[in-house]
Amino acid sequence: MFKPEMEYVRKLIEEDSRIDGRKLDEMRKIEIQTGIYPKAEGSALVKLGETLVAVGVKMGVKEPFPDTPDEGILIVNAEFPPIASPEFEPGPPGEETIELARVVDRGIRESGCIDFEKLCIKSGEKVWTVFVDIHVLNNDGDLITASGIGAIAALLNAKIPKYNEETDEIDYSQRTESLPVSKIPVPITVAKINGKLILDPCKEEEEAMDARITITTIEDTICAIQKGHGGYFTEDELKRIVDIAMEKGKEIRELIRSKV
Amino acid sequence: MKKGKPERLIIDGKRLDGRDLEEFREMEAKIKVIKSADGSAMFRFGNTIAIAAVYGPRPMFPKHLQNPERAVINLRYNMVPFSTEDRVRPGVSRRSIEISKILKEAIAETVFTEEFPRTVIDIYIEMIQADGTTRCAALNAASLALADAGVPMKDLIAACSAGKVDGHIVLDVNGKEDNYGEVDMPVAMIPRENKVVLLQMDGLLTKEEFEKCLQLAKKGCMQVYKLQKECIKNTYKQIAEGDENV
Repeated sequence: MFKPEMEYVRKLIEEDSRIDGRKLDEMRKIEIQTGIYPKAEGSALVKLGETLVAVGVKMGVKEPFPDTPDEGILIVNAEFPPIASPEFEPGPPGEETIELARVVDRGIRESGCIDFEKLCIKSGEKVWTVFVDIHVLNNDGDLITASGIGAIAALLNAKIPKYNEETDEIDYSQRTESLPVSKIPVPITVAKINGKLILDPCKEEEEAMDARITITTIEDTICAIQKGHGGYFTEDELKRIVDIAMEKGKEIRELIRSKV
Repeated sequence: MKKGKPERLIIDGKRLDGRDLEEFREMEAKIKVIKSADGSAMFRFGNTIAIAAVYGPRPMFPKHLQNPERAVINLRYNMVPFSTEDRVRPGVSRRSIEISKILKEAIAETVFTEEFPRTVIDIYIEMIQADGTTRCAALNAASLALADAGVPMKDLIAACSAGKVDGHIVLDVNGKEDNYGEVDMPVAMIPRENKVVLLQMDGLLTKEEFEKCLQLAKKGCMQVYKLQKECIKNTYKQIAEGDENV
């Protein structure tokens, strides 16, 4: 972004207004569609303002990790393909992509929302692997929040395919049982610009921001935190952000619940 | 349930390694550990040992990566293959890429990069031994190495972890506690300005517990900071007195 544009974004924030006319603590409109990609075991398309993220869940059968012989495996992966933004380039995932996937992964894993023991087929030998693939289709900022919402929505939407233990084959045409997902972890991202906290930064704001933090919550509990992108937060700011994350998390949780 | 989880990690208010809840493992800081580097340092929390070397500011190549306004900070966090019980596969992993990124961002907050346009400051960190809280040890070593290299900074960065183990809030999470405990929360600060420049958390915490963890980590960072400053002062005092074997 050119400097004058960045200065303009920052100046607006100083006057408590934003480039897209929102209040500082206002999220963009969220639209969630689930089950729209039938080849996937579960899927979701999330629109957060103009940010668009598709998430698909695929499942396979694998040997469990030796330290958790009775538990299924979760793998979260993200891609920022060049169609989604002039800044994205083809090639192996960059650090931003990897950070996003790992932040979403931690939010889901640490919330305990998936009952991994129910994904065990045969202890020590065969368990279900759940792949959550996040595919960004348009980048207008706050990809972590959109991806986190998409991931949990797709997981809630997912149905386990039929597995034949004798032939070791998966029949993807027969999916009956839902994935054992009980809670809804929701990430909320707050950016700091000119000392002010703003919710759900859009792309221009992300380019002008000083610091960024994502807090994932389930009801009244925090399950993951990631401060990213340079800058700093004070203790008081962090306490305020926890309150914001819990309050907004609740609203979005209701929305997700109504869509799946 | 994870295999090999001890029944309890805290017995009668003592942790498995004999520490109190709010007690650090033995800490050690040392600078000038690598002669070839412009600055270097070792930082240790118990069995977690980080070695950091700084090269630069030096011209950045290829040229198109240069920033005409400031120095670029390049940081590589690497686990040595024999640093953990299960051998670490050499090369970059998704974990090391993420950690390198957040450490770099924390350090960029304290270095006056605008004084060295078109250059790169290379920071290489090797985790020789890993037993929890590795990224904090890495950051402590890196900030000492930067100071040793004479890179102008606002302040050192001090880092430590807090967490929740068996329902108790504890300081300086070790490998076992990280693996089998509930929460690990690394925190890094610019102590003089009271700024939190790195914060991660995974596990479940209520708001009250989070605030308690943050308070405890903050107190811990101050202890680390004191040790870092003493380390630099003592080493340079020895040099000033003509001792060449520091």
